[in-house]
Amino acid sequence: MTSAQGAGRRGVSQRVRGVLAERPWIGPLAALVVVFVLFGLATPETFLRTQNLLTMARQTVVVGVCALGMTMIIVTGGIDLSVGSVVALTTVIIAARLRDGAGPVSAAVTGVAVGGAVGAAVGVLVGRFRMMPFVVTLGTMSALRGVAKGIAKEQKIDCDPRGLDTLLVSAQGMGPGLFVALGLAVLVALTLTYTRFGRHVFAVGSNEAAARLAGIDPSHVKLLVYTLAGLAFGVGGVMEFSTLTVGDPTDSIGLELDVIAAVVIGGAPLAGGEGSVVGSILGALLMTVIKTGAVHLGLPTWVQEIVTGGIIVVAVALDRARYARR
Amino acid sequence: MSAAPARLAVRGVEKAFGGITVLAGVSFDVAPGTLHALLGGNGAGKSTLMRVVLGLERADAGELRLDGADYRPLGPADARAHGVVMVPQERTLCLHLSVEENVTLGLPLGRFGLVGARPRRELAARALSAAAGDAARIDLGARASSLSVADQQLVEIARALAHAGLADDGAVRAKVLVLDEPTSSLGRRDAERLFERVAALTARGVAVVLVSHFLDEVLAHCDGYTVLRDGRVEGEGTPREAGQQRIVREMLGELPRRAERTARPRGDAGEALRVTDLSGERAPRGASFVVRHGEILGVAGLVGSGRTELLRAVAGLDRRVSGTVTVSAPGGLGMLSEDRGGEGLMLSRSVSDNVTLSPRGPRVVSPARLRSEARGWMERLSVRAAGPAQRVRELSGGNQQKVALARLLREDHGVLLVDEPTRGIDVGSKAQILDLLRELAAQGKAIVVVSSQLDELLEVADRIAVLRRGVLGEARDVAAWDAHRLLEEAAA
Repeated sequence: MTSAQGAGRRGVSQRVRGVLAERPWIGPLAALVVVFVLFGLATPETFLRTQNLLTMARQTVVVGVCALGMTMIIVTGGIDLSVGSVVALTTVIIAARLRDGAGPVSAAVTGVAVGGAVGAAVGVLVGRFRMMPFVVTLGTMSALRGVAKGIAKEQKIDCDPRGLDTLLVSAQGMGPGLFVALGLAVLVALTLTYTRFGRHVFAVGSNEAAARLAGIDPSHVKLLVYTLAGLAFGVGGVMEFSTLTVGDPTDSIGLELDVIAAVVIGGAPLAGGEGSVVGSILGALLMTVIKTGAVHLGLPTWVQEIVTGGIIVVAVALDRARYARR
Repeated sequence: MSAAPARLAVRGVEKAFGGITVLAGVSFDVAPGTLHALLGGNGAGKSTLMRVVLGLERADAGELRLDGADYRPLGPADARAHGVVMVPQERTLCLHLSVEENVTLGLPLGRFGLVGARPRRELAARALSAAAGDAARIDLGARASSLSVADQQLVEIARALAHAGLADDGAVRAKVLVLDEPTSSLGRRDAERLFERVAALTARGVAVVLVSHFLDEVLAHCDGYTVLRDGRVEGEGTPREAGQQRIVREMLGELPRRAERTARPRGDAGEALRVTDLSGERAPRGASFVVRHGEILGVAGLVGSGRTELLRAVAGLDRRVSGTVTVSAPGGLGMLSEDRGGEGLMLSRSVSDNVTLSPRGPRVVSPARLRSEARGWMERLSVRAAGPAQRVRELSGGNQQKVALARLLREDHGVLLVDEPTRGIDVGSKAQILDLLRELAAQGKAIVVVSSQLDELLEVADRIAVLRRGVLGEARDVAAWDAHRLLEEAAA
């Protein structure tokens, strides 16, 4: 009898594990709900206000949009350390274009295009020349920061944002930027699941040799992934400009670590082959909620930092447990 | 039961994972100084049983006895302390380290965690001498990567013996040595040499448990055998007395029905693959051959002869130094890798993802549709898995191989390059895969099969060429060959 019960219990845990293996974002979702409810209970009159919810959504946009690109890169088994530099460069380029009299759309498109071009260059080095993405982007992280400072002559570029500042905040409270970000997230998620290219991304990350044997060109896949990710970082730069309203070459230092953390919390191992847009977005939201909630509770920054770091480690530990069979 | 206690006695061992019974009461004895074969198809429970013996798993029920005493290993370190050690199937040497460092790796030597250079060297020398014999010319200072696969294997055995401990006079303290598929990556001559060394160990009183798929080895060298099927003992005895047929019957339950060999294509079928004077970096050296539609060309060669290099050069995966490869078949050329985990499959992804991995096909397609398509392939190749969403890592070797084959079939290549198709898989799956290759040839595909299993080539190929040190010989009709002549030519 006890053995039958034991078998039943084991069956349940097996099934739970199966569900978790197929939907790795359930963990971060549960964590997000728990943290949200906790902060909601602790400071209901301020934390749950619509204004605060909107602010949190806005604060997540830059990390979230960049995490879309980073998710693809990490699924291929790569990494990009230059996100912060790309975002700063984008704000500088947008500001410079606006200062020179360009229209808002044209300026934004230029910024995104620069992000894509940088991504393509990284993609060529990583894909075609098989260089380590960590090293390549360690280089571009420094080099692009320098380029941004050079263009901006080591100071902020002031300009008339010409409506780009209303991308995230508008008179109605919610700007179109949020919807752009959501749309992009859906697009990337669908691409990863429903397209041939998306499956190739996972194949390259899971076993590059097997992908090559199957006739897939991993260098081509990586080139595309880094280019698309660069475009996403460019869009992130536009969003960042929208809140800054100036071009700031020293902006977003260390952003890449937040973005990587969001993807990792979302269940993507750095070894590649796994990851999901839903997980990464949840990871980004989780970090924002913790930061905002800590502010509402009046907790100092160092507490937030400890909590965020703890969550990253716990997320990876849970991930290990998920794959530890038996 | 015999009067003297067995070296290793396994009594009614049971083990289940997540409600699935893997071992359902297994008992067997291994006497000191004997070589005992543990046989069984994939998923029969051999690996789990050995993991229990080595302390990597705890049995749910049953007991183990070592020289008559109760033996409950708490873990691999405890098993070692009892003198129970194993050489796993995959090579585990650190290729950048020296032989000496590899042999003594993980040994707690000396006080304060410091390792004296001289005792270490002496221990390594003694272990190597016990494992490889004094005649072996393995240099303790050599890098492991510079050794042949066969010598690396001996170094692995030396490490296992060193783990169990060696007395100062070189006496081996290991009581039970488990060898998991030790010859699957060795040529025939190296395998013979390995068995000579194993005989030297059994002569010193070590009980050796051999996990193997090669029945001829078992018949030639083993003193006893146990067949596992579905976690139960289905047969045991002395291999020579039982004979191959009975053992195969015990392993399979019933003899597999072999498909009748279809008529072979004659010379009038069109050429599908022409390789002219193909040379790679190291091998092949000036290889030329032609394969026609509906034909299977077998390439026989020992380990190190350049078998895989030949296929990789033909497939264009390795750099070609010279020569041409002309494929005149619809669907082009596809290759089944010998290295399933390293190159053939995405082990961490699902059956469905693996089967449907392709550079072609619709740009947009739902995963559900791919899964249902994969399900069809699983049925066609009788892949045993929980479903198309199961990770390939969790499947047995034979089923993994079928998944890899399913991908190639789905691609519908006109020319298939098949590298060691039955390596490390059980007898039943092996027969199915060979039948499948014949069936594909009958459908008009041109197939090149590379194998070190000569009987397999004689069974499946229409023509066979021998590869020796990168040089491919003339392809002759299978009727002109027998195992002896193939071996003579390959080993000459």
